Amino acid sequence: MNFLQIFSGASNMVEGVDRSFVVIFGISLFFLIGITGVMVYFIIRYDKKRNPKATQIEGSNTLEIVWTVVPLVLVMVMFYYGYRGYAKMREVPDDAMNIKVIAYMWDWDFEYENGKVSKDLYLPIDKPIKLNLTSIDVVHSLYIPSFRVKEDAVPRKDNYLWFIPQMEGEYEVLCTEYCGLRHSFMGAKAIVMKQDNFNIWLADFTPVDSGTIKGLEILRANACIGCHSLDGSKLVGPSFQGLFGASRTVLVDGVEKSVIADEKYLIHSIKEPNAEVVKGYPANVMQSYTKLLTDEQITDVANYLKTLK
Amino acid sequence: METQKSHLNYIEDTQGRKGIFAWILSTDHKRIGILYLISITTFFLVGGLLGGLMRLELAAPGETVMDAQTYNGLFTVHGIIMIFMVVIPGLGAVFGNFFLPIMIGARDVAFPKLNLFSWYLYMTGALLAVYSQFAGTGAPDTGWTFYAPYSTDSSTNVIPAVFAAFVLGFSSILTGLNFIVTIHRMRAPGMTWFRMPLFPWSLYATAWIQVLATPIVGITLMMIVAERWFQIGFFDPALGGDPILYQHLFWIYSHPAVYIMILPAMGVISEIIPTFVKKAVFGYKAIALSSIAIAGVGYFVWGHHMYTSGMSGTARWFFSFLTFIVAVPSAIKVFNWVSTMYKGSIDVRTPFLYAASFIFLFMIGGLTGLVLGSLASDVHVHDTAFVVAHFHYIIFGGMGFSFFAAIHYWWPKMFGKMYNEFKANVAWLIVFIGFNVLYFPQFIIGIQGMPRRYFDYLPQFHTGHLISSIGAAILLTGIVMMIVNLMKSRKNGNPAGINPWGGVTLEWTVPTPPPVENFDEIPTITEHPYTFD
Ligand SMILES: [Cu+2]
Ligand SMILES: [Cu+2]
Repeated sequence: MNFLQIFSGASNMVEGVDRSFVVIFGISLFFLIGITGVMVYFIIRYDKKRNPKATQIEGSNTLEIVWTVVPLVLVMVMFYYGYRGYAKMREVPDDAMNIKVIAYMWDWDFEYENGKVSKDLYLPIDKPIKLNLTSIDVVHSLYIPSFRVKEDAVPRKDNYLWFIPQMEGEYEVLCTEYCGLRHSFMGAKAIVMKQDNFNIWLADFTPVDSGTIKGLEILRANACIGCHSLDGSKLVGPSFQGLFGASRTVLVDGVEKSVIADEKYLIHSIKEPNAEVVKGYPANVMQSYTKLLTDEQITDVANYLKTLK
Repeated sequence: METQKSHLNYIEDTQGRKGIFAWILSTDHKRIGILYLISITTFFLVGGLLGGLMRLELAAPGETVMDAQTYNGLFTVHGIIMIFMVVIPGLGAVFGNFFLPIMIGARDVAFPKLNLFSWYLYMTGALLAVYSQFAGTGAPDTGWTFYAPYSTDSSTNVIPAVFAAFVLGFSSILTGLNFIVTIHRMRAPGMTWFRMPLFPWSLYATAWIQVLATPIVGITLMMIVAERWFQIGFFDPALGGDPILYQHLFWIYSHPAVYIMILPAMGVISEIIPTFVKKAVFGYKAIALSSIAIAGVGYFVWGHHMYTSGMSGTARWFFSFLTFIVAVPSAIKVFNWVSTMYKGSIDVRTPFLYAASFIFLFMIGGLTGLVLGSLASDVHVHDTAFVVAHFHYIIFGGMGFSFFAAIHYWWPKMFGKMYNEFKANVAWLIVFIGFNVLYFPQFIIGIQGMPRRYFDYLPQFHTGHLISSIGAAILLTGIVMMIVNLMKSRKNGNPAGINPWGGVTLEWTVPTPPPVENFDEIPTITEHPYTFD
């Protein structure tokens, strides 16, 4: 990875952002080195041994005006370049492909126009992409460093960003707004591919039946996945991934017992979470969901969990 | 060294109170300044230790010495302690209390009892903050910014932490009020506004921000409490609220809060440079008025913390524009400080070393702030390690180094003893190197895309993080050396005399350490504050 990847152009936003960097860094470096140099020179040149008597100078109006006006002009130049790079970010072309981005603790869902939902962001090269961001819990922020784009995903607010990917490859997608326990693990990949390959990828999916989608929505709405991950990582409670059909050692009143996680077990664990606690996890952390979910909703959840291999 | 008439100084003169009561019941502004010095130094060390633990965890990728929840608690508590308990009160509460009345020729502040009460409020808030770390459901994990709706949902100890910030805010308001009235009403005869030294000037500008901006954060924090307790939907969308409203309200205070800490820091530097250059400060009026300009324009730039929040496009460029404008008065100060050194007769002593390094670090902090103020470049580095590096250069490199400069400058006057200058200079060098090794790499990994508040990171950021952690160890070593050296002087130091540096402001005319009422006779001021002949 080279230092700034200046103007390397993984997306069409790189140029504007990096130009504003270069302008500001250039001017700043000049002043930093210049002023520091002058200061060090004065400290050496006017040391009390070399210059035992100070010359009293009250100030100079001319100089005050100069060093008010010159910085003012320079910062306006900086402002202009910042504005120019940014203005482009807000003007989305009409033919942009829309992708809905749903952020939640702690993962991203990318939903394409044909209904396909992906955990990674697959993109066709050289095509304007508009990401419509939203969150279902707290504030997150979608950041793709190589593309120089970032915008917050705010609950009940429709934010967006757009760009044109210009180089094939795999790029990091990160969350930059602190969102709790697994904030630093809330990553995904942006995968830029040729249009043909992208079309094949996009067409290849089995539309999920509405029952499973409902299950996932219920899990999110009740913040279940705050403690039970969907990707196998260990949080406060056991992960949902690969849970269905697996054998578990549970504690029943302090006695170990082996059970198979079938539908009956799942429903029982939602209704009476502390009756059979999986070994290695704390008891009495989760409350019963009998009053919070209908039987139908609990069945939807169980059906969804069956699909999480 | 000037000889001084024997006198009863403020440390010997206990006003008939015994032991600790001579301190915690005294309304003498100097004793209250010392109370703040001890409390703030203690919290600074605690906050620094927490920061050190974070750096230890980040020295290598993956989980090393703590889990993610602990880490999230650490950066929250580090932030709350450092912002609300150290840098915001810092210079004003310690050196403002001790020296403001003396520098303007007064016997005390306008409301001495209120002044002591402010310290009690400060301690109450501080103890609440400490309590929130250990009691109940565990350390708050929201970040010091308490962003909603995470802060209205988190099951951790958010409420005590919020109350802590609220009470600390009141302490700040009352101190500000006290200083405003003191400066208006109690200047010595003949001390016109433009005969007032620059540290009091900066405290005056700061005090107005404290009084006008702090109530906003107070109300905002109470709205969080109302939301958590009574389910009133201000910020949580699930209750019909708006999370962006929270961010606006929070930064309307918290951006000006940056100036609450940096303006007095600039004031300290404006005192120290003339003393060691033996020359009137260059552009006195420009420095004084630029403080007021910063305080004024600084109210209207808060939105630069929210460029990616989904704010309207117009708001974004408006805030960016004003952010660039507010950079100019800071630049004016830097030019004037450096020009003060021209044709001076410079005595390079410890306070001067800290002051000169302040100028260098503050420039780096300020110039990188321009990158964040600019709309396009901010999009890339917003909420990355670049921001962390930037504000540590401003807050620690600025306010922190200024505090170190001030303590070395005024220590002899406060305690009557001179510290070992050679050791102090060695400690300065270690602190300066450690600081840069700690924070500079964070600019680089930030530009490369390392987000902030990350417990774990991608392998390409390891080198940067490791160097940064080594810097933290160096910095902590330097700080410990500095403190030990100062403490030792209380026992072993040589008597400092009335005016060890050859300063010309009023604090160098009173006995060392000053008597309770500061002046036998209130002086009459006839000339400019920085008249060297
Ligand atoms: Cu996050
Ligand atoms: Cu700000």
